[in-house]
Amino acid sequence: MTQALSTLRRYTPARVALPSTGVSLATSEVLAFQLAHAQARDAVHVPLHLPSLALRLQQEAGVSQTLQLTTAASDRAQYLRNPGLGRKLSDASRTQLVHRAYDLAIIVADGLSALAVERHAVETLAALLPMLAEWTLAPIVLLTQARVAVGDEIGEALGAKCSLVLIGERPGLSSADSLGAYLTWDPRVGKTDAARNCISNIRYGGLEPKAAATKIVWYLHEAKRLGLSGTALKDGGIVESLNG
Amino acid sequence: MIPVTQAIRWVATLGAIVQLQHTIGGITYSFRDLKDLLAKATPLRSGDELAGVAASSAVERAAAQMTLADLPLQTFLEETLVPYEEDEVTRLIADSHDPAAFAPVSSLTVGGFRDWLLSDGATGEVLSRLAFGLTPEMAAAVSKLMRVQDLVAAARKIRVVSRFRTTIGLAGRLSTRLQPNHPTDDVVGIAASMLDGLLLGSGDAVVGINPATDNVETTATLLRLIDAVRERYSIPTQSCVLAHVTTQMAAIERGAPLDLVFQSIAGTEKANTSFGITLAMLDEAHAMARGLGRGGENLMYFETGQGSALSAEAHHGMDQQTCEARAYAVARRYKPLLVNTVVGFIGPEYLYDGKQILRAGLEDHFCGKLLGLPMGCDVCYTNHAEADQDDMDTLLTMLGAAGVNYIMGVPGADDVMLQYQSTSFHDALYLRQVLGLKPAPEFEAWLAGEHASRLSEASPLHLTAGAGA
Repeated sequence: MTQALSTLRRYTPARVALPSTGVSLATSEVLAFQLAHAQARDAVHVPLHLPSLALRLQQEAGVSQTLQLTTAASDRAQYLRNPGLGRKLSDASRTQLVHRAYDLAIIVADGLSALAVERHAVETLAALLPMLAEWTLAPIVLLTQARVAVGDEIGEALGAKCSLVLIGERPGLSSADSLGAYLTWDPRVGKTDAARNCISNIRYGGLEPKAAATKIVWYLHEAKRLGLSGTALKDGGIVESLNG
Repeated sequence: MIPVTQAIRWVATLGAIVQLQHTIGGITYSFRDLKDLLAKATPLRSGDELAGVAASSAVERAAAQMTLADLPLQTFLEETLVPYEEDEVTRLIADSHDPAAFAPVSSLTVGGFRDWLLSDGATGEVLSRLAFGLTPEMAAAVSKLMRVQDLVAAARKIRVVSRFRTTIGLAGRLSTRLQPNHPTDDVVGIAASMLDGLLLGSGDAVVGINPATDNVETTATLLRLIDAVRERYSIPTQSCVLAHVTTQMAAIERGAPLDLVFQSIAGTEKANTSFGITLAMLDEAHAMARGLGRGGENLMYFETGQGSALSAEAHHGMDQQTCEARAYAVARRYKPLLVNTVVGFIGPEYLYDGKQILRAGLEDHFCGKLLGLPMGCDVCYTNHAEADQDDMDTLLTMLGAAGVNYIMGVPGADDVMLQYQSTSFHDALYLRQVLGLKPAPEFEAWLAGEHASRLSEASPLHLTAGAGA
């Protein structure tokens, strides 16, 4: 390998300038790849343990009240095969939601990476909740086998003006523990992704939980001020509809 | 003597009802229409189960395959799966059908067509002349009766050669798309991946970047980067930035050095609408690329993939593989340089595991070649599918045996922008070595020459300096 090639890794996170033997990759690289894949697979398949998440939220973020619910997907295989089931609550869970006039419903869900929730959800909420003193919060919903859109049904059932779903993102090889935050104003069943704002890549090495919390608060205030979310609510404080 | 299985079928004249059923061991399996029959004859995959169109048992699937085997190919010219009035892809298929090309197989059943395809008489030349006589539905139908070795054996006979600065698809050759993506479209980062790939013999099909941000400025910047490197090191290849077609058209208007126009396409008008495209829009983009005069006849690059129509709720009750084959009718209208299925990208709800991805990749390659396309494959999977590198090695090797035109070249197989695993530069080298394949001839000569050795001394900073990037 030339000097120039060996320095390529400085310029990109991609797997460039890999050690090889013949035309094949060297053992070290094959094993490093297998490990990264194993981590991503575990992120998808290791279940999220709701009771311990509830306990940590209580101890580390001062959350006194949580609801532990399930979606219509009964297990991981069903969840992966039929995304629609992860967008609906199970019948038993639906009856546990009481309609009141809340400002905000926060939902913490496994999505495609329970690891993301375990690593970053508690820290994100510990930073976020103290900044939401003016908001009436519904009990925080903890949920397994969930997709983003389930926040619409939950928000609507709770009578919340806004829903915030913290959910594990589809894991890549280089980031198996990335958390996403999806904000939907006026959540109702049938809303599309165009009605949401997403803060993604919440993890150490990406957008760190404290910084993510600040960003989420900005979106919440803008959504409240404008009475909307989604494509009309742009990052950076500029709203396109006010430009002209 | 009464046969154990007996196919019963009435094919009436044009426009009339086709009744489809098959009796096995005293039980009669009936199929509502062609669409239902095709779906139930499809080897098991999660997307068809999700859509509720799959056979409900393995025996029902076998009965559907037997019924399909006895169906005359002619039936596909008499019954459309999506109404002509409702769907411009159906109109394209019907209006572009060539009866003279179809004549040699017009009297065959679907099962007879499989036998004919695998016979010695069906040479590469004969099959090439047939392409525009076949509809996508005929190709999909026969593929459902084929084992993977049949898909390999039949596809291998067909050579579809396309040309820009390199010649792609010749016998004994395997090309690659160099895919140097970067999570923030950083030009130096992209140049680093380009440099690594080019020196490992990747990029003779195209240097094609998926931008993280779909806008005109980024598209133009990345096109200028590829073009500057290509010119400075006299690399025989072509550029492409895989933004939306309208973004690329805007970049052309701004003078960006675009070689290939890219677009993702699907097999129904409604699915294409969900991609924000129409045939008229593709016609316009194609005309713009011709107007640039940078290449010859083959100026387009298309990607497809089973499941895209269902994910847009635009499958009209068809199985996902039939929808996929219909996308090839869209592609061949433009005599593209490159077409590839992105077979495992969409996720396990469409192709659940390595077995389903393997078969789908070989079906798509076969159907594409049979319909006259210069077919490649993005051999790939996501981390929530039941698949791993062993599955990719298997599909890669079988596609090599099937004569695939090109595969992807991604650094270390890990796309750090799109977050999925494809094939690496090393995977292509492996395939070339074990099967005795070479890159496109122009690129092979370049690799052995002084320009490539000059490039090996360069750094990503050299590549981007003065690239206008």
